[in-house]
Amino acid sequence: MRKLALSDEILMSVEKPARYIGGEVNAVMKDKKQIDIRFAMCFPDVYEIGMSHLGIQILYDMFNRREDIWCERVYSPWIDMDKVLREQRIPLFALESQEPIKDFDFLGITIQYEMCYTNILQVLDLAQIPLEAAKRTKEHPFVIGGGPCAYNPEPLADFFDLFYIGEGETQYFHLMDLYKEWKRSGGTREDFLKQAAQVPGIYVPSLYEVHYKEDGTIASMMPVCPEAPEKVHKQVVVDVTDTFYPKKPVVPFIKATQDRVVLEIQRGCIRGCRFCQAGMLYRPARERDLEMLKEYASEMLKNTGYEEISLSSLSSSDYTKLEELVNFLIEECSPKKINISLPSLRIDAFSLDVMGKVQDVKKSSLTFAPEAGTQRLRDVINKGLTEEVILNGAGQAFEGGWSRVKLYFMLGLPTEEEEDMKGIAALAEKIAERYYEVPKDQRNGKCQIVVSTSFFVPKPFTPFQWAPMCTKEEFLHRAYVVNHEIKEQKNKKSIKYNWHEADVTVLEGILARGDRRIGSAVRKAYEKGCLFDSWSEYFRNELWQEAFAQCGIDVDFYTARVRAKDEVFPWDFIDIGVSRAFLEREWDHALHGNVTKNCRQGCSGCGAAVYKGGVCHEHQN
Amino acid sequence: MNIRIKFCKTGSLRFISHLDLMRYFQKVLRRAEIDICYSEGFSPHMIMSFASPLSLGLTSRGEYVDIRVHKAPSSAEALERMNAVTVEGMEVLRFRRLPEQSKNAMSIVAAADYEVRFREEQKLPKEWAEKLAKYLEQPAICIQKETKKGKQEVDIRPWIYACSVREGVIDMQLSAGSVHNLKPELLMQSFGEWAGFAVPASALLIHRTELYADLGTETERKLVPLEELGEDIG
Ligand code: SF4
Repeated sequence: MRKLALSDEILMSVEKPARYIGGEVNAVMKDKKQIDIRFAMCFPDVYEIGMSHLGIQILYDMFNRREDIWCERVYSPWIDMDKVLREQRIPLFALESQEPIKDFDFLGITIQYEMCYTNILQVLDLAQIPLEAAKRTKEHPFVIGGGPCAYNPEPLADFFDLFYIGEGETQYFHLMDLYKEWKRSGGTREDFLKQAAQVPGIYVPSLYEVHYKEDGTIASMMPVCPEAPEKVHKQVVVDVTDTFYPKKPVVPFIKATQDRVVLEIQRGCIRGCRFCQAGMLYRPARERDLEMLKEYASEMLKNTGYEEISLSSLSSSDYTKLEELVNFLIEECSPKKINISLPSLRIDAFSLDVMGKVQDVKKSSLTFAPEAGTQRLRDVINKGLTEEVILNGAGQAFEGGWSRVKLYFMLGLPTEEEEDMKGIAALAEKIAERYYEVPKDQRNGKCQIVVSTSFFVPKPFTPFQWAPMCTKEEFLHRAYVVNHEIKEQKNKKSIKYNWHEADVTVLEGILARGDRRIGSAVRKAYEKGCLFDSWSEYFRNELWQEAFAQCGIDVDFYTARVRAKDEVFPWDFIDIGVSRAFLEREWDHALHGNVTKNCRQGCSGCGAAVYKGGVCHEHQN
Repeated sequence: MNIRIKFCKTGSLRFISHLDLMRYFQKVLRRAEIDICYSEGFSPHMIMSFASPLSLGLTSRGEYVDIRVHKAPSSAEALERMNAVTVEGMEVLRFRRLPEQSKNAMSIVAAADYEVRFREEQKLPKEWAEKLAKYLEQPAICIQKETKKGKQEVDIRPWIYACSVREGVIDMQLSAGSVHNLKPELLMQSFGEWAGFAVPASALLIHRTELYADLGTETERKLVPLEELGEDIG
């Protein structure tokens, strides 16, 4: 039987001990004597969040197909366990073998959101791996980062040996083979890093030097050795059908956030909303083959025993064979009482019909994400959703028995005026009025509209990467305007309003477009006790502010400043296929309120066609 | 058709709570493609009921769950199918058909057997076994028990059906189920207080070995293991 790393006494003293024991269904056990490379794959948040992440399940499955690699999982120990591990100096361990990850060859960390940066330091610290890459020796694993935040890795440059820019399915085996050779050769740590830097998509921060101008912006960023390329190219899976996807994902004992089979139907998005980083990073949009999806859906349900399957993509309605897929799933799932969940569906006749079949209409709600309150501002952000479409969709739904609506907006978008804020309330009111047009005996009680606003954070590699961000006070003022305006509406009793916290948004903004100099503040904040910053009950803004002040970091420089068109950004050394010229054009179009077609209506020449696949080449086959 | 399943929960599965175990078991049934019946309504659930929840930290080789199926494979095949899709720490031991109209396991549980060990690191006075015998000789053992009406003094002596020491292991048979449920931890805590040394729950390794129904009369118990109320499917 597997021996656990922690004693019963410890496990019985913490919340949800199942977070730390491994041994779940489909977890992979191997004989470590037969293994050349031990890889610890980490999601730096609590187990239930980390276990819900598809990307890790894909890479876990991919690595473990190789006989010479054993990939295991590790997550952030929750606050209670963090304390025990620190006090008793127990090194952080991987779930499968229950062995310390400091003895592994690699520690891979997926970086999904900025608010996990202190948790990355926690994982390194508890693992007893030096926080700074420069301090690691041959005894330590190589720490490699990936995921969306790796597209601006600079704030974390001090803490990682390498970053993987792009989709993991493409270059990891190549990197692993190089590692095996290096291990045999007995070379130095630096030798390996220099070789790794030549693998497409691999960025080794220690091989670059950044110079700054007097105004604080970047003068240049240059490789310090010939092995490191000037540009690091994003890696893309061109054929998303003939690739790795887990048929047997690991099934946690405790309820994870994503407690279901997740079927990723496509990568990327054709839409080109100007605020959306994922929409640019994952270009071009690529669909998986329908037959593949059918096969995987059946097998994954059988191998996991889940009672629910969810389709995953940035915009499911754009999947060209959605109807066939959904009909197949309904046929396959209903006799087995398996639920189907269809997030990110556009509300139209088809989706209402499907939703009526797969959910309890009375209990479920309609979701719209207009993102901005007026058509003018929706044109600025290139969100092609019109008021007419929303009201039509809502009207059809209300006639079909729905009564709950969720509306998502952003505040603080470029060019936003008071009229746009008030437009949010006006749109909610129009929807409510549309509801009460349905004859009383045909509707389902009162209508409930929930309006949620988040605050806009400009992200790298979007047309808004040049845009200034609001201050905390300005954000809160805008939320106040919306709140006040909603209270003025006739149907105010049917409209509920939630807004996001502003402190944490400002921090996200600093980290998202930060440079290497931010790293010292991340470390300082961690040392002061910041951890689980994405959990509002643990977010300690005052400590972060102290950390910035002590490190001499001017918050406004990173957030509130208008960036010049020709400014060198910390992430400019990465090539995501989408060109800077395109982003700049889009920024101009935004300021003029010009909309850009989606990729299926017509190509706008963003640059992603270089990958020779996906939507850019649809019409040529 | 109603089926009674007996299984063991050992090893690291002792850290899985009862609620999570229920969810886990549902997935085992689906993976093994057991043709289970569902309730009616918009969110149907499997028709299944567990005999008696096992506290976190305890292991067992005598857990029971009753399910209803449309049709069942042979017992041997069902065991094979389920055990092929479960994890280390859980093994399905029986899969038996219950007679029509039989009551579900939860409603008939009357007693449970336990093996209680002390952890190696636990320091105990040498004569603890003798003391335990003395403790049990008392005609009444009154403890404070949390009930719905607040703390109440109850006599647990009648609920201790058997308790003896065998090579450092305490074998006990205790009243269980919905009428009087006596947990072994509680008994050991009471013993510790009486004997004058602390027996924290974390010092004990508790293994449940069987659950019983009482087929006797008001005056005389006749305990029968739950599995014996069903029969194997050929
Ligand atoms: S190259 Fe054209 S079709 Fe391809 S992603 Fe860019 S805009 Fe869309």
